[in-house]
Amino acid sequence: MSRMKYLFQALSVALTLCISPAGQATETPMRVVSLGGSITEIVYALDAQDLLVGVDQSSLYPPQAQTLPSVGYYRHLPSEGVVSLKPTLVLASANAGPPQVIEQIKRLGIDVMPLSDEPTVNSLEARVRAIAKALDRQAQGEALLSQFRTAWDLAHTKSVPALSATLLIMRGGRLLAAGGDTTAHVVLSESGLENIFSEQRSYQPISAEALNAQAPEVIIVTTSTVNAMGNLDAIKTHPALRLTPAVRDNRIVVLDDLLAQGFGLRVTEAIHTIRQGAWGD
Amino acid sequence: MINLLGIGRLRPATPLTTSWGLLLLAVGLFFAVLVASTQGAYPIAVADLWSWAFGHANDEVAQTIWLDIRMPRVLLGLVTGAVLGMTGAVMQALFRNPLAEPGLVGLSAGASLGAVLAIVLTGGGFLWIGGFAFLGGFAATCLAYLLGTRSQTPAGLLLAGIAINAVGFSAMGVLIVHANDAELRDLTFWNMGSLAAANWQMLAWLIPWSGLAVAILWRQWRALNALLLGERETFHLGFDIRRLRWHLILLIALAVGPTVAVTGGIGFVGLVLPHLVRLWLGADHRWVLPASALGGALALTLADWLSRVVISPAELPIGIVTSLIGGPFFIWLLLRGARRR
Repeated sequence: MSRMKYLFQALSVALTLCISPAGQATETPMRVVSLGGSITEIVYALDAQDLLVGVDQSSLYPPQAQTLPSVGYYRHLPSEGVVSLKPTLVLASANAGPPQVIEQIKRLGIDVMPLSDEPTVNSLEARVRAIAKALDRQAQGEALLSQFRTAWDLAHTKSVPALSATLLIMRGGRLLAAGGDTTAHVVLSESGLENIFSEQRSYQPISAEALNAQAPEVIIVTTSTVNAMGNLDAIKTHPALRLTPAVRDNRIVVLDDLLAQGFGLRVTEAIHTIRQGAWGD
Repeated sequence: MINLLGIGRLRPATPLTTSWGLLLLAVGLFFAVLVASTQGAYPIAVADLWSWAFGHANDEVAQTIWLDIRMPRVLLGLVTGAVLGMTGAVMQALFRNPLAEPGLVGLSAGASLGAVLAIVLTGGGFLWIGGFAFLGGFAATCLAYLLGTRSQTPAGLLLAGIAINAVGFSAMGVLIVHANDAELRDLTFWNMGSLAAANWQMLAWLIPWSGLAVAILWRQWRALNALLLGERETFHLGFDIRRLRWHLILLIALAVGPTVAVTGGIGFVGLVLPHLVRLWLGADHRWVLPASALGGALALTLADWLSRVVISPAELPIGIVTSLIGGPFFIWLLLRGARRR
């Protein structure tokens, strides 16, 4: 029995020696910390998740990413926490910080790659390219991009009459509407909707009066909002919402929270869902 | 309520107990610094420190982390804790109120408002932020003092503090109403306090500044003892009360302003530590002041250590740690005061 085991071990050692080229055996494997939900998503899409040793709190998709050690909120990074994961490369959203912490990490000789993190297709494509290059996955990166562009064009083929809309989320027990500087606003306009609160900044509590004066034709709510309110009927009978054209014409779209608030590879999915709900596209 | 200050127990401090107490605190602080500087997300052993001291750098990354990231932070915690403990003790005597503390009377809110103003108006720079924080803290303390001393009960000061906090935070709200989502979250974290901003350049400025302020405050121990007895007694003991008060308020704001500007809101250290010290060593400010400073330094060093290791590799905001521990203590204090009356 034990002789078999030894034989097996010797065999496997020999096999490993044969397979791994001499050069690669000495090279230390890359250890990557990803700071930013969209960045983590891209790393997974490039099938490079084996290199990941840590993520930030916003890395919620794909769900497996949540099993990795988290260094917390990416604008409030703990320098020691990041360094303790012994990364060789930190993929950091341009929004990651504070700057002193990023400086400290760099001073320890760890590569920090800042990545453009804006809700635009250009920024997204640049991000994918930069990550693919850094992780030596250029071919996969180009494939991913052409796949994305096909989906993007497909989502925009059919022209639709513009509708007015608002995107609502529940935060702290209150319904908040997305303003003009939010990522959700970009997702709305890319879907062909006009955000009625485009003048407003960030997420603000909805004012029943302003909402009814603007009479949105489409209301988009996130999944967690529906869960928090109980069901879709609670939204339809909400005092501020029940008289809107959106409720009257039953143009209420339920969108996954991450899709509604992020501009990543899956933005085409968001556009598709919104279009289907708004125009039955 | 006032008897919580231990006026009845202004016993002639037995020098033996108090010096042993101070020594014990100092030794405790030394070990707390040792623990805090050797434990964290990145493993560094005590033995490593020993070998580095003799010039054997075996792990350069660990050494840099210890020297450039962890030690500044531990020292900032120590200084901030000492300042908060000391000013808490001074304020409790000055206001003749056991509930006085930089956070509760609105000093921290005033200093924060000053700091946010400086960030918005000048875009930062440590001297600007520190200066504005001092002005804000000074204004808030004066206001708390004027409002609080009009009322004869400790509640008056607390109410003044609530009002000042409300005004301070709503004024900050006006400044940040145009902030975007990310900036709002930054501010939320800032209000929960953090020592993460520590670096040697800042400490080179902050340590002498705070050390000087704390030393000058300690020299006032006779006056503070006299204040505890009452205004008339203070006067008869030969102190110019009005001058003394303004002098103390100025010193407190000078000490607390810059630290709050750096660390954000760290509550309860200034409230809790002086009380513990008084329960232990009596009410003589000659010993209460240094013991509160040492105790505050000890408490914040440990709180920061906890905030770094509990959910590593992420971090808890330190203000949450101090409030989680200090809040229940505050409740106990209130219940205890109620029972005595």
